[in-house]
Amino acid sequence: MDKCNGCGFSNVASIAVFSSAIFVVSLILVRLLYVIYHSRRPLSKRASKPVSTLIILGSGGHTAEMLNLLAVLRKDRFNPRFYIAAATDNMSLEKAQLFENSLATENATRVTDTAQFMKIYRSREVGQSYITSIWTTLIAMVHALWLMIKIRPEVILCNGPGTCIPLCAIAFIFKLLGIRWSSIFYVESIARVRRLSLSGLLLYKFRMADQLFVQWQQLQRQYPRATYVGRLM
Amino acid sequence: MGNDEVSDKEKRVVFVTVGTTCFDALVRAVDSNIIKQALFAKGYTHLLIQMGRGSYIPSKSEGNGSLAVDYFTFSSSIAVYLRSASLVISHAGSGSIFETLRLAKPLIVVVNEDLMDNHQSELAEELADRKHLYCASPQTLQQTIAHMDLSSLFPYSPGDATPVAKHINSFLGFPDD
Repeated sequence: MDKCNGCGFSNVASIAVFSSAIFVVSLILVRLLYVIYHSRRPLSKRASKPVSTLIILGSGGHTAEMLNLLAVLRKDRFNPRFYIAAATDNMSLEKAQLFENSLATENATRVTDTAQFMKIYRSREVGQSYITSIWTTLIAMVHALWLMIKIRPEVILCNGPGTCIPLCAIAFIFKLLGIRWSSIFYVESIARVRRLSLSGLLLYKFRMADQLFVQWQQLQRQYPRATYVGRLM
Repeated sequence: MGNDEVSDKEKRVVFVTVGTTCFDALVRAVDSNIIKQALFAKGYTHLLIQMGRGSYIPSKSEGNGSLAVDYFTFSSSIAVYLRSASLVISHAGSGSIFETLRLAKPLIVVVNEDLMDNHQSELAEELADRKHLYCASPQTLQQTIAHMDLSSLFPYSPGDATPVAKHINSFLGFPDD
């Protein structure tokens, strides 16, 4: 008898656990579908206030392309601006700083009021062993999370480097949890003519980017959800 | 080409750049006699090599009836060298490519076939198809130099970021300017 009672109770309990698990999972799924559905649609309300903007810089050519884009965006709308580059990349932040300095002298403002520059740990350096890269990836993820909690950007602009993946993934999770709705814009590098880069492909496949721009028509034909915008360089 | 009437005293520099990469195969190729002779035959007088992180050291030469050769590792700005060049031979990095094209300099891009992720050849090949530059490998560079006709290249018109900006603005609900 006792034995049977016990198993009856555990049955009920397991059914309860099971159904609540299904409930939670479907709740997450519904939220996920809602976020994915709304992510690719233009924001419904007219923007009137400036939007805080996170700009993720990569090395060499990537930074040149990003600065070309920033040059034509209205700086009073995309304000304040947070620049992030890999900790090992000194050149990119330097170039962004030069860009912001020239803007500041043009408008007689101070750079510190409109822009901030930050570095992010990379999960793996070229040639690093896989064992140690487990540890460094963990550190990089925590660091990315910390930066994203601090910034909570409304707009993310990125164009290629691997550093944008953890940041965009965290932004996407923030969207799911309702912490912050950021619009993610990804501009694939002009160097990508026939295939998306790994970063571009991840953002495309997992539908993390609100808009994914490509600079070559043949690339758009391969990835129909991308938007062709012509050459930036 | 129209080099025939160029006087002996006129300096015609070929500038070779590998950016921040290590591309010994290219440095070794341009330092070979066969390529130096091909360049000299085309009317170039000087060869300046930016060799980056490579370990192969080219042999300097004063010229005197052949190509004068000089090299350095890095420079904070290669724009000065690009401007003074009559021909640029570059690695396939997009930074070097567009900097050279914007200065309207004839360009041969040499693709580094040793790179693991060789997506860089995509851009060079596309721009070569559009006749903005020549694309070669270290092995084919000599033929490319010998057979190139710089007058058949089309000038490159720089791109424009305003379409992207328009998309972003309208997505976020900012009114058009």
